[in-house]
Amino acid sequence: MRETLISFENYTFQYRSQAEPTIHDINLQIHKGERVIIVGPSGCGKSTLAHCLNGLNPFSYPGKSTGTLTICGVEAAQASIFELSRYVGTVLQDTDGQFIGMTVLEDIAFSMENDCVAQDEMKRRTKEEAAKVGLLDKLPAAPHELSGGQKQRVSMAGVLVNRVPILLFDEPLANLDPAAGREAMELIDDLQKVNGSTVVIIEHRLEDAMHRNADRIILMEEGRIVSDTTPTALFLSDRLSLAGIREPLYITALKYAGVKLTEEIHPERMEDMVLSDAAKAQVCKWFENQAGPMEKAVPEQMLSVEELSFGYTEEKENLSEISFTVSQGEMVSIVGKNGAGKSTLAKLLCGFVTQKNGSITLKGRDLSEDTIKERAGYIGYVMQNPNQMISKPMIYDEVAMSLRLKGMSEEEVEKRVFETLKICGLYPFRSWPVSALSYGQKKRVTIASILVQEPEMLILDEPTAGQDFRHYTEIMEFLKELNESGITVLMITHDMHLMLEYTERSLVFADGRMIADTTPARLFSDPELLKRASLKVTSLYELALRCGLDPEAYIEKFIQYDRQVRNE
Amino acid sequence: MSATLSYIEKNSFIHRMTGTTKLLFFLIWSIAAMMTYDTRVLVGMFVTGVILFVLSGLKWREVRFAVLFMAALIAINLIGIYLFSPEQGVRIYGTRHELVHLFWRYSIVAEQLFYMFNFMMKYLAVIPIALLFIMATNPSEFAASLNKIGVSYRVGYAVAIALRYIPDVQRDYHEISQAQQARGVDLSRKDKTFERLKNSAAILFPLVLSSLQRIEVISNAMELRGFGKQKKRTWIMEKPFVARDYAAVAFAVLALGISVGFMIHNGGRYFNPFV
Amino acid sequence: MEKKSSLSIKSIVAIGIGAALFFVLGRFVAIPSPVPNTTINIQYGILGVFGVIYGPVVGILVGFIGHTLIDLSWGSPWWSWIIASAVFGLIIGLAKKKVDIEKGEFGTKQIIAFNLFQLVGHAVAWLVIAPALDILIYNEPTEKLLAQGLWAGASNFITTAIVGTILLAAYAKTRTKEGSLKQEK
Repeated sequence: MRETLISFENYTFQYRSQAEPTIHDINLQIHKGERVIIVGPSGCGKSTLAHCLNGLNPFSYPGKSTGTLTICGVEAAQASIFELSRYVGTVLQDTDGQFIGMTVLEDIAFSMENDCVAQDEMKRRTKEEAAKVGLLDKLPAAPHELSGGQKQRVSMAGVLVNRVPILLFDEPLANLDPAAGREAMELIDDLQKVNGSTVVIIEHRLEDAMHRNADRIILMEEGRIVSDTTPTALFLSDRLSLAGIREPLYITALKYAGVKLTEEIHPERMEDMVLSDAAKAQVCKWFENQAGPMEKAVPEQMLSVEELSFGYTEEKENLSEISFTVSQGEMVSIVGKNGAGKSTLAKLLCGFVTQKNGSITLKGRDLSEDTIKERAGYIGYVMQNPNQMISKPMIYDEVAMSLRLKGMSEEEVEKRVFETLKICGLYPFRSWPVSALSYGQKKRVTIASILVQEPEMLILDEPTAGQDFRHYTEIMEFLKELNESGITVLMITHDMHLMLEYTERSLVFADGRMIADTTPARLFSDPELLKRASLKVTSLYELALRCGLDPEAYIEKFIQYDRQVRNE
Repeated sequence: MSATLSYIEKNSFIHRMTGTTKLLFFLIWSIAAMMTYDTRVLVGMFVTGVILFVLSGLKWREVRFAVLFMAALIAINLIGIYLFSPEQGVRIYGTRHELVHLFWRYSIVAEQLFYMFNFMMKYLAVIPIALLFIMATNPSEFAASLNKIGVSYRVGYAVAIALRYIPDVQRDYHEISQAQQARGVDLSRKDKTFERLKNSAAILFPLVLSSLQRIEVISNAMELRGFGKQKKRTWIMEKPFVARDYAAVAFAVLALGISVGFMIHNGGRYFNPFV
Repeated sequence: MEKKSSLSIKSIVAIGIGAALFFVLGRFVAIPSPVPNTTINIQYGILGVFGVIYGPVVGILVGFIGHTLIDLSWGSPWWSWIIASAVFGLIIGLAKKKVDIEKGEFGTKQIIAFNLFQLVGHAVAWLVIAPALDILIYNEPTEKLLAQGLWAGASNFITTAIVGTILLAAYAKTRTKEGSLKQEK
């Protein structure tokens, strides 16, 4: 057996502010050079476990532990957070919060500065690490000149510079688009091979985290480890779906086709899978049995955008000649790389900024003369982070705010607020403070605070970013209900599942232009287009190719079937 | 935001000096100008400042807005001084040479004009050097410079964090305020001031909460990477002191010396041409 | 373990982010006041909040650094007013113990305490410190300085009273425990 670097024995941790321990009876050994993924739904204790590893518990978040935790032979309870940081290097989820330096150079050097390393050596080592993560030409760049993926690589370099034996990644995929997420997993894999480090990844997007495989997957639920096994064994069991973790798409597809999963198939990764001819035939048969897509009646046109152009400065256009229409009751995803112009489009639609050229018409009425406030009566905008929108401590007041500012009578306000709260399933919580709600409920409050103005159309920025499967489903099912009640929904998103599962149409943006207006099925069978949108091919596409099927038709049928299954 | 001054990369001998030199120079220069009221010293400092500014290669259009803004500010102050105390100069210089009587208590008095001229010069003596400090010092060097002149590195780093996160906070503010405007929060309208202040809290509350969250994440990140481990720390952006840096600091000290020298010579802060 | 006297990492970061907020609000947010061509200094509301949450050391440095950065971005620092901002930060920071916002209570008693501290803070800053320094450095006429100080002090006091009180009351509600909450039909 290889050397054990991390060892939890009957370990329990309880925060000082909590009545109950957050993690219980943890027994876990992680060996040198291993790659371990820790999965589990939100609130399962996986972040607490990570904080125990890097020393934030109990040094930053006080609490008490029982049992033992040994890291590289050192008992964590006796060590300081600084001592632990010599063994465990942490890359946090929030790439902006972790980027402390004013430039890439300074951020990578940060921990060496704290160790009083001499300047010449710092400069040498900074360059070395920057080269390893491919950022040598970005050393003088400020954080706002970098993409999310690049910022994360700066964080990795800043940790690697200490030559730590253990690398801990806290939800490394949460803030990245799919293409950047894939690159991050590849970089982690490469660095691990070169340095022989031990890697612990906390993540709930299992399929993406498994892009370069893992030695073990630890599944946590309600503060306990419920499974500690190889990816193969875990995928063969039904533990993932029981715990509310999303299975990889290809596994779902194979299950739909009735293919029996066994160890011989190697279900852990699409690339490694050994599909027998019989299995392929089963997939093809399932495909043939599915009815073709239903033609929908074209509903009334709602929003029409024509030749829209805009630039924040005179010199540069951030958005050029955008034209599209949206029909009443549609649910559309707006996709593309960060900086492609998606948010700018939303700002134009809401009137936060004014176009240079072109027009926006809603139901035949030109909106250019309307103020922000007037537009809000037609088009509501929901920000990504509910904490950035909620401006009143009480739920009722939050939803009532826009009506009160309009000078509506208190009776009328109450009537409309109660109505909206009922629609949003928040009526039982009407006298609660917002702070007592879960993330998903807070999101609902923000949507309610917009809906109360009775817009016909909602624009949501990344409605599900960073959410686990349960919250994702909760938020999206709610949006679907709203949509079915007649509200048109536009969503800016990087989430491929969202596009596939909930939208019928995707508008694809790149470099300030709209490069495609297409169905998700067609988008996800066009590798060239996906690349330009900073998305990636799904395992469904690869599965279709392996089975000799037309990917677009296959994805189309999968989506349709999957929706039926979900609706049941 | 062209009105906001910030560092512009250039390659003059002033730009090549260390941040510490520029900080020290600016502080010593400010003290010298604040102490003295001697016209000759102030004019000398102003002329030197303008010469240094020209040598730095900074362009007039890069500072035009700032200079006009400060000119307006000084003008308002001068008007205020005259309105509230038209004979302040008489009090200071002890003589009264009235040139023209205007009305009521307002006259044009030579001592008052001279006092107001000196007041203006006290600002003008510092402004070119302040502009140089702001526009020729790389903000990345700033924390190291503070640390070098004796400020604790923790406080120095607090300044670095402020500079690092200003753009982020600004972006947050804009996004939050746009979303709140869509909900009817309006700060610019002809609403009552009291209402406007109340409504501004609708923008500030989410801003404060997200800032508190940000504080949490940043302090964790810093802690995990060993900030505060040692009694001191090194700085990758620190530049070594060379001859020109010593020369510059010596020059500033000389200016301070001249300022003090004239004070001793005058037997006070004022140069009095009226006696 | 560190000595108690040195700043904790969290305080350092709070100073940095607080100063950034102070700067952004003071530099880019112009809320017109009733007097033409003047704006309301909404940043003192935020400084009040940071003082009460983090205490006097954070308060003094947020005021000092934030105000210095604002002045530098315009062109030249006016040290007398910068120091006055720092003194306000110090005094409002002393309210931390009295208000004890982390307990989640911000009732009449705490509101009065907060506003008393901020009243004293603004009075000392704008009617004592700023004029005294302006007299010392520039020998400006006392009448002008008092008029200036009264205007600044009064408008900053009102701003802090409204904005600071609303924000602290809202913040206190985020600290309350959920224990007593029940769903209603």
